[in-house]
Amino acid sequence: MSAHNDSARDEVAPVDLDDPKLTRFEVYKEGLRRDDIEIIHYEPRFPRPGTKAEKRMERIVSGLFLLSGLFATLFVAAFIWWPWEYEGAATWRDPQTWYTPVIGATLGFSLLFFALGVLTWAKKLLPIEELVQDRHDGGSSKDDRRIAESTVDTLVEDMGLRRRPFLVKSALLAAAPLGLAAVAPLGALLKDPGDMYTVTGWNAERYNDGEPIRLMMKDGALVRPDMVSAGGQITVYPAIDHGATNQFPTAPTLLIHLREADAETLRGNLYPMYQDVDAIWGNFVAYSKICTHVGCPASLYEQQSQRLLCPCHQSQFNVVDNAAPVFGPATRHLPMLPITVDDEGYFVATSDFLVPPGPAFWNRPSLPEEDEK
Amino acid sequence: MKRRKGTSDSLLTKAGGELDDRFKLAAPVRILFNKVFPDHWSFLLGEIALFSFILLLLSGTFLALFFEPSMVEVTYNGAYVPLQGIEMSRAYESSLDLSFEVRGGLFMRQMHHWATLLFMASILIHMLRIFFTGAFRAPRETNWMIGIILFWVGFFEGFFGYSLPDDGLSGTGLRIMEGMTASVPFIGPWASAALFRGQFPGTDVISMIYIIHVFIFPLILLALITVHIGLVFAQKHTQWPGPGRTEHNVIGFRMFPNYVMKQVGFMLFIWGVIAAMAGLFQINPIWLFGPYEVSVVSSASQPDFYVMYLDGLIRLFPAWEFRIPPYFTLPAVFWPAIAGMGLSVLLPLVYPALERRFTKDRAHHNLLQRPRDNPGRTSLGVMVVVFWVVGAVSGGNDVFAEKFDISLNAMTWAGRIGIVVLPIIAYYVTYRICLGLQQHDREVLAHGLETGILMRDPNGRFYEVHQPLAEPDEHGHTQIEYNGWVVPKKMNRVGALPPTDRGFFKSIEEPSDNGGAARDEIESGKH
Repeated sequence: MSAHNDSARDEVAPVDLDDPKLTRFEVYKEGLRRDDIEIIHYEPRFPRPGTKAEKRMERIVSGLFLLSGLFATLFVAAFIWWPWEYEGAATWRDPQTWYTPVIGATLGFSLLFFALGVLTWAKKLLPIEELVQDRHDGGSSKDDRRIAESTVDTLVEDMGLRRRPFLVKSALLAAAPLGLAAVAPLGALLKDPGDMYTVTGWNAERYNDGEPIRLMMKDGALVRPDMVSAGGQITVYPAIDHGATNQFPTAPTLLIHLREADAETLRGNLYPMYQDVDAIWGNFVAYSKICTHVGCPASLYEQQSQRLLCPCHQSQFNVVDNAAPVFGPATRHLPMLPITVDDEGYFVATSDFLVPPGPAFWNRPSLPEEDEK
Repeated sequence: MKRRKGTSDSLLTKAGGELDDRFKLAAPVRILFNKVFPDHWSFLLGEIALFSFILLLLSGTFLALFFEPSMVEVTYNGAYVPLQGIEMSRAYESSLDLSFEVRGGLFMRQMHHWATLLFMASILIHMLRIFFTGAFRAPRETNWMIGIILFWVGFFEGFFGYSLPDDGLSGTGLRIMEGMTASVPFIGPWASAALFRGQFPGTDVISMIYIIHVFIFPLILLALITVHIGLVFAQKHTQWPGPGRTEHNVIGFRMFPNYVMKQVGFMLFIWGVIAAMAGLFQINPIWLFGPYEVSVVSSASQPDFYVMYLDGLIRLFPAWEFRIPPYFTLPAVFWPAIAGMGLSVLLPLVYPALERRFTKDRAHHNLLQRPRDNPGRTSLGVMVVVFWVVGAVSGGNDVFAEKFDISLNAMTWAGRIGIVVLPIIAYYVTYRICLGLQQHDREVLAHGLETGILMRDPNGRFYEVHQPLAEPDEHGHTQIEYNGWVVPKKMNRVGALPPTDRGFFKSIEEPSDNGGAARDEIESGKH
């Protein structure tokens, strides 16, 4: 690779700018020379000015600009006068259906035509040119570096950074806590996660004065066994204040009425911890709806294969086997909510979930019960 | 601007003089105007991101005039009938109002979203161009790293942006983010509690990500983009190798008027495309998703495309949860989400340093490489692209399964196997293709162009006539060194045939009369 490509340029002698005979272009070229630029090729697009072809190109470009102006005017007019207010489901005949498309298309065309005008101007009317400029890559000159070095050294010397080590050390010593002080206010954001992952809206001690919490539907209706037919499922929430809102994100539960045969299978598979508390009532079983993977609602219930599917990452849980994961990235079963029916015939939760529902988290305790099969 | 008397309009000269008196502009402005830029279509990919970003600032400012980042519970009573009477957050309500009750609001929302997608897509394509041509090499490693950081800031800026409306889909995205956050060893649950001020979703997260989305991240993006472009300007753009082009010069056209006019035209073009898309193509119809409720989700819940590969990795990763009894758990989502994202940030950042270390190439490079000339790097890049594509496709595997009637589990398994196997195959295939292309280049340099003319000599032997690129020696070989330039592969590239790509709607290939002088010239290359 040859060194600098400026050998040719060295031959171009600097011009005397005071020379009255210099043309505009010669002065201009002196500027290029000073910027280490050399013209390789430079010719007008239309060698003879005023030809038909040139005139035609000018007409095209100005036509594009005028079109752009026209569409911009249309855009502003449509923005102001086109009926835009949404009035319920409109058909394609109603003008308000077309408000967004019309302003989009008019503004879009206006911008596109202006763009084409500028681009055509640049590509079809500007001179054909090719220039070469020196790159000057690779750092400063040796002299500059040396001068910079001694400048820095002088600064260091003036401040006595080397001679006064204790000053430097004490400054650094102070800077550390000062830096900490700068970020410390962010600590106001910190909040103890406490038991937010482990206690849900089904916790009777905390949310219902120790009374067992009933199951309710989204609209607040309490749930009775006859409300779910065999093979059916509904989403239930704790019947407490705001129980069905996002205030209790881990409370939503699926209440499933299994068919007799499926219920029999489940009873055979039931984990000991759920057997101990008599978690299922009749053929009814309640599973946390919050996926144990990353917390989407595992809401798609496939009756035929008795699977619950989470639509976010396709974890699948076997309803007749404690909702244990059978496919996808989830690792733990959907916790079962122990339920029974109270004196008035409504479903109640006999306790909170036995294991924390929802996605795992770093300090989630590993409970031995979970691994008991 | 210092002008000679009588050479310019005198008013302009006077104004320039006044400005120069005050700001001493004559020399810097001349240097700026004269700066030479190399020209190639692929140098404009980054500009698409820049122009989208400007439009994002403008449209985002409009949206901020109407959007309220509040999670106060309200009852919707707006124009959209199906949601009337439904409880929702003020953020979602104001987003609906923006769509239905603000003049041009829906247009602006869609413009903001389309511009984001274009912003992220052009960053990715631009990054691939830089990678495959080796433009990240010294002295430009810093700018490569700034570019990678720009992508990731843009990634979160986009994610937070589409989380703001607090609709059913965006809430699902936040839910997944919470699950990812809580999986981080030691700090996870605390980080989650800090972000959501307690338990997810809480009532504060929208205002938290709002200030990040409209202030902190745009500021970072603006600063980084300024430095990014400033460095391109100061270090001068790379150029393709070609006649007269060396490591020490730049060949192209001047900043003014040529470059700037093309840039302005291109900017308006990009804006025009986005504006037309915003008007004609619906995107993110939040009114269909309803307010976010923790117990509601639908299938086909996909993030924006640039997040999809991460979602795909989360879907594909096996159910491997590590437990450190009795206190700790490392959830399965940690590996694809946190470790995967960490590597996706880290590996590209250090790649230039790694390549320097392994190739021991410490020289400055201002000439670009053709991807085929560095098969190792090119194959590695294709490998990463294939990995990314398998991840992104898997991020929509439920949609693919449904549309093409494939089993969902089969899609997942295909992704699991594909994401391991396909990149390896891609590496091998790309490597072979690169070598093949290299070999063909050398062949053309040694033997000449393939003319497509078959001849039969008196002995009955068939051969193809080649057009040598220089005067051949007695064996019909030409001794031309390959120097990284594009090697002509077709006759019309060396002027023996007129170009075939004339005509706007269809090619007009002018058939040359097969014979006469031109024919003699072609035959002269036979060997």
